[in-house]
Amino acid sequence: MKSYDVISTRANRIDTPDKATGKAVFVDDITLPGMLYGALLQSPHAHAKILSIDTTEAEKLPGVKAVITAKEAGQVKYGVSPARYDETVFAVDKVRYVGDEIAAVAATSLDVALDAVSRIKVTYEELPAVFTVEDAVKDGAPQLHDEFKGNLCAEVHQEFGNVAEGLENSDIVITTEMKSKRQDGAFIEMQGCIAEYDNRGVLTLTSSTQVPHYVQRTVAMVLGMDVGKVRVKKPYVGAGFGIKAAANPMELACCMLAKKTKKPVKMNFTREQVFMYGRARHRFHHTITTGAKKDGTLMALKHECWLDGGAYTSFGIATVYYTGSLLGGPYKLANMSYDGYRVYNNKPACGAQRGHGAVIARACFEQQLDMIAEKIGMDPLELRIKNMMETGDTTCNDLNMRSFGMAECIEAVRNGSDWDKKKGHMPPGKGIGMACGFFVSGAGYPIYRSDTFHGTVIVKLTEDGGTALVYTASAEIGQGSDTAFAMIAAEALGIPLENVRLASGDTDMGVDLGAYSSRQTLMTGHATKEAAENVRRQVLEVLSEQLNVPVEKMDIRNGFIEFDGDTPDFSALRTRYIKEHRGWTDNPDSDKLTFKEASRIAFLERGSIVGTGKYKPHSLGGKFKGAAVGTSPAYGCSAQVAEVTVDMDTGQITIDRITDAHDCGKAINMTSVEGQMEGSISMGIGEAMHEEVIFDNQGRVLNHDLAEYKIVTSMDMPRVKTIVVESDEPNGPFGAKEVGEGAIMPTIPAILNAVYDAAGVRVYELPLTPERVFHAIQEYRERTRASA
Amino acid sequence: MKKLIQMTINDRAYEVAVEPNKTLADLIRYDLGLTGTKKGCDTGDCGACTVILNGDPVNSCLVLAVQADNAVIETIEGLSTDEGLHPLQQAFVEKGAIQCGFCTPGMILSAKNLLDKNPAPTEAEIREGISGNLCRCTGYQKIFEAIESTRS
Repeated sequence: MKSYDVISTRANRIDTPDKATGKAVFVDDITLPGMLYGALLQSPHAHAKILSIDTTEAEKLPGVKAVITAKEAGQVKYGVSPARYDETVFAVDKVRYVGDEIAAVAATSLDVALDAVSRIKVTYEELPAVFTVEDAVKDGAPQLHDEFKGNLCAEVHQEFGNVAEGLENSDIVITTEMKSKRQDGAFIEMQGCIAEYDNRGVLTLTSSTQVPHYVQRTVAMVLGMDVGKVRVKKPYVGAGFGIKAAANPMELACCMLAKKTKKPVKMNFTREQVFMYGRARHRFHHTITTGAKKDGTLMALKHECWLDGGAYTSFGIATVYYTGSLLGGPYKLANMSYDGYRVYNNKPACGAQRGHGAVIARACFEQQLDMIAEKIGMDPLELRIKNMMETGDTTCNDLNMRSFGMAECIEAVRNGSDWDKKKGHMPPGKGIGMACGFFVSGAGYPIYRSDTFHGTVIVKLTEDGGTALVYTASAEIGQGSDTAFAMIAAEALGIPLENVRLASGDTDMGVDLGAYSSRQTLMTGHATKEAAENVRRQVLEVLSEQLNVPVEKMDIRNGFIEFDGDTPDFSALRTRYIKEHRGWTDNPDSDKLTFKEASRIAFLERGSIVGTGKYKPHSLGGKFKGAAVGTSPAYGCSAQVAEVTVDMDTGQITIDRITDAHDCGKAINMTSVEGQMEGSISMGIGEAMHEEVIFDNQGRVLNHDLAEYKIVTSMDMPRVKTIVVESDEPNGPFGAKEVGEGAIMPTIPAILNAVYDAAGVRVYELPLTPERVFHAIQEYRERTRASA
Repeated sequence: MKKLIQMTINDRAYEVAVEPNKTLADLIRYDLGLTGTKKGCDTGDCGACTVILNGDPVNSCLVLAVQADNAVIETIEGLSTDEGLHPLQQAFVEKGAIQCGFCTPGMILSAKNLLDKNPAPTEAEIREGISGNLCRCTGYQKIFEAIESTRS
């Protein structure tokens, strides 16, 4: 196996010294000369007609520079998927949720802007509103969108194989339901942006976004501008988890205000507005039936899901497909059907969040595997091994697992958690459970239909020689992608990491679809590798001409030129280099020709050495409707074991330990891989244990702060044992694939299975509040008493 | 009406006129340009705006600037020296305790406060010491490891 010098190490991240010292710049840290501050007017009603908007008083206020509503903004519809553009920047005729945007103001200070917003007079005619899936689909229910009757945003019906026959041939058939709650991304940096419009008609938006490319396209479309006149860049971003993966109305309003005032305009969401805007994980209601043979062989899976979508589609079309498609693995399963429904109602829209669409489905299904194992008296871990797909297998819905270290992951958590000793031997009130999962390494297709490359990268050598500059439009949002690409460039070029400088997150640098669907390591990584190899080849070509050595007889490693066989006399090159650098203190005196000398010589011969790279997946997936969603060039997979303590008197659950193994292909940065695993687990624990966005009966978010919306704190987080399982993914750069989202898949079901092991109860609704668990225990006790 | 206040931040003396409703976080960030102090909620829940005020960590979004009159304040910008990063900052970098980095300044200041007062904290004390600082990225594990690696 090839040895590596840079990748697969625990190199310090390139961005963290600045982040540790407060030097790293996030969007709200930026102040521009003459900058104005923007504020939004948002609907106080969940559903209402707008009869009139009077902005006169707002405009009169000293310091106000612009007030815009749908009248000025136009009515261009946008959204995430072109198949379902159902939003306008500002409400036209009616509002559909508490928070729907109606107007925006730019003023000389935030105080003035907020004051002006409060002076805009809107006359509403309130309409009956619906807040649940059940109410929204009733006959005669208030309708949100004229075009989508019955409030049905999207429905999916798929069948692979023959599910009825599969269930008929099963010895064991289990049907359960699973209900979750609406999530919030709860990233610590709220969305914010600054827009500028220059005298040449170029609009520059600096935003806390995961996807500069998509935001650029949306801004251009909604403002009616040439894409070439719109530049979107991101500074450091305080995470996103999917919620920042599309243009938001604040960004669009900010651009309009900047264009109108010709001044830079800054806007920020408050924490309350983050909750009002939503776009995080849907509330799911699954009903799954799984059939198996007495020997544990899985036969069929029948799946129905209702998604509580909120007022607009956002990512919802993709979500409703992902919810079904990602149950196709990691087990061999010939027969699978899915009926998915996403329903509109008068709450903020839901969208994509880490583990897009698939997390609760897996929580339901992986519990059923344990139920089947219990019925047939099999170790649930063995049941999973028995049904596990193998490297090269394709699911019934055409997802191909080129590399697949799932079996290794199971073995790793079996050993890492001491499963064999613990399972079945835990004292009362303590339990152990496990689950598996997998996720895409990047969506197989862009969100809009296009033949575009998914990522392009430019590598340029500095003319002095020795430093490689990497330019990518990809989005570092905290996951460590900048470091990963710098490491890939260094490895591919053969130079130390410290000799690579990287700039990212700017649409001027190329096309990159951004940080979502766990795509960047594989996709941007490929483009980076190709660009670096291109530059490497150019340097070696010049050396070949100069030294009369064939290119294939030379290599670059650790910043030195390595020759296959005898080292040729390169003294003429060294002399040429040193002559230019008389009086310099760092002239090379090594036995080996340095990369710095070679790249300087290359520049002297050819001018600036620039290499480009690109990546686009090969054609993926089947031909059925929705086949694209769930396809990916590669899939990461993971197994987790959770150990819990359940207080049988109060229902309080403590998570004692999590053991997690993840196959990420080749780990580019081992520490970053572990960081993604640990972060995924903490988010999964939050969702399992206490996270829930709560609304009142008027559609207003009640717990719109980080005190009452409870994410995992340092007091809650159990110790996690992470085991990185490396496979060699043929479709990945240096064999790398995802880790950012697959690692959340098994967390919730592993906890649920451990709770059952500890307390004998299955809980079919999240989160696992003490009250809910207490009632389940009481019910279980009554049931066992009655049967005794 | 503005009030003139004096304070020492990171060993530098400041004299500033502030509105009575201005928070210390806003003063530090927007008026004094020390943007290493972050704002993640403005309601005292996330801890990103943590600074050390007269020897104790506070959520600077919950402190009015006028309350800090004559105070001695330490922000993240005051930690590193000419010799380089503070050992805690270095540990956070080396252990991978930083992902998006938005909680990091507050987290490091809470950790520093803990270690200043208790140079050898137990795991439980470390957990409690940073319990007012929310991190959504890391799951805290590598933050624990970083702090553990610097305790005496």
